[in-house]
Amino acid sequence: MTNAAAFSGGYVANLGPSEDGYLMPAVDEESRFFWEGTLAGELRIQVCTNCGRLRHPPRPMCPSCRSTGRAWTQVSGKGTIWSFVVPHPPLLQPYSDLAPYNVIVVTLDEDPNLRLVGNLVAGPDGELNDVDPTSIRIGEPVEVTFKRFKRSDGSEEALPLWTRAH
Amino acid sequence: MSPAVGFQDATAIAGIAQTPFAKHLEPSETELACQVIVDACADAGIDPSEVNALCSYTMEATEEVDIARNIGCGEVTFFSQVGYGGGAGCGVVGHAALAVASGQAEVAVAWRSRKRGSGPRPWTSTSVQLRVPGGYTRPFGLLRPVDEIAMLTRRYMHEFGATRDHLANVAMAVRKHANMNPAALMYDRPMSRDDYMNSRWVSEPLCLFDNCLETDGALACVVVSAERARDLRHPPVYVHAFAQGLPPEHQTMVNFFNDDPLTGPAWACARRLWANAAFGPEDVNVAQIYDAFTPLILLSLEGYGFCKRGDAAAFTEDGNLEWGRGSLPVNTSGGGLSEAYVHGFNLINEGVRQMRGTSTAQVEGAETCLVTSGEGVPTSALLLRR
Repeated sequence: MTNAAAFSGGYVANLGPSEDGYLMPAVDEESRFFWEGTLAGELRIQVCTNCGRLRHPPRPMCPSCRSTGRAWTQVSGKGTIWSFVVPHPPLLQPYSDLAPYNVIVVTLDEDPNLRLVGNLVAGPDGELNDVDPTSIRIGEPVEVTFKRFKRSDGSEEALPLWTRAH
Repeated sequence: MSPAVGFQDATAIAGIAQTPFAKHLEPSETELACQVIVDACADAGIDPSEVNALCSYTMEATEEVDIARNIGCGEVTFFSQVGYGGGAGCGVVGHAALAVASGQAEVAVAWRSRKRGSGPRPWTSTSVQLRVPGGYTRPFGLLRPVDEIAMLTRRYMHEFGATRDHLANVAMAVRKHANMNPAALMYDRPMSRDDYMNSRWVSEPLCLFDNCLETDGALACVVVSAERARDLRHPPVYVHAFAQGLPPEHQTMVNFFNDDPLTGPAWACARRLWANAAFGPEDVNVAQIYDAFTPLILLSLEGYGFCKRGDAAAFTEDGNLEWGRGSLPVNTSGGGLSEAYVHGFNLINEGVRQMRGTSTAQVEGAETCLVTSGEGVPTSALLLRR
């Protein structure tokens, strides 16, 4: 089995994909603040309460000062494109129907070492493929938007996506 | 760091074996593993009952217990597994060498058996992938290893001015070597630059020929003490140095979340590797560099010190990676890109052949060979010498 499959510890709610089949994050105790934030329209980043260092993805211990004291802070939601790819099939549905789409990595304005994976979309509730991929440039300023997904059991997640900043 | 002087050249690879490489092989992964381990013992001239160390990838489907009760081992006194998929190959051989060098075992076997050509694509199984870091990447459609490495590739091209032509240089050099190797899946399929440029996109900026093959196959090698190896049939291929590498705040495959995503595990591994060695990159005659994707060769060339940071693209020009033309022939049996993809183990066996003088693209007078495992994941590397 892969290392990922062997991970254990911590309650994980993997409630399955959205009703349209989009993969949804598995929310655990460590990441709950992040995914509650996206549902509330907030981009939240974990912060060490001992030394103040920001870190992402969330984890129990600060690698700088080794404190397990942690909280979250809301960030501005502004960043720049660090890199991007354009996947083509073979992919999983429903992503294959949207291909070619873009996936971007955004560097947050708050800290050059903070990056998030996302998609550049044309507007709130945008689709992964509604921006012409040949128009995307590394360094473009972007700002966060949140897109909600519903599962067939009624539960919801919101993913942080990105639009071009104005 | 102090050099691992007691370990240098204390062990040797005395036997190698591999199955045919194909899109589909009939026997199970377990049967292929057992057969190839027995064949490697025969190549070494050692009875399988003497095997007392078993070293494998955590991704391996067949456990040590199954190998032992198939090949008829006696008492096995060392067994270890190395994680992180394509990062594990040299680690597995390295652990075998550590076992023998430290006296934990006398005959160590390392192997990999995989039916990926006829089996499912691992990335289609999403249920276990949504924990860290997958929950922060997969929902956005970053679904496959090629997508993850393409993200680093685009950034690399942006920072250092590398182009698709440089990736094509890598693909073409390795294909040329496969065209010399009858065991390679791409043996009778030459590839021109036009073929590369016209091939379909998989994850821009990576196209079809930036990706490795999907193969069924198994390979194994036998490691014994240097003294024992000198009594056996083939010239010993000494394990001169070994290292593993996992850099600070690394994330496997999606190494976007630290201060320098483009210097990955290869750099950490290389520092230890060269500290353990009595020679340097300038003394390496031939290299087998893990090539699940062409850009990993660019990153590895830099990480292991064959050129400066950012200069790997230029290093690939004018056939510099090609047998018969270049200063550093790489992946001389065709690599994962064009021979077979079994998580890099064919690179180990080809390194052994280069040191024995039996490669289909033999570098004349080669005395040293670097073998690496995958950049982009916690990794490992070996320096072999004759």
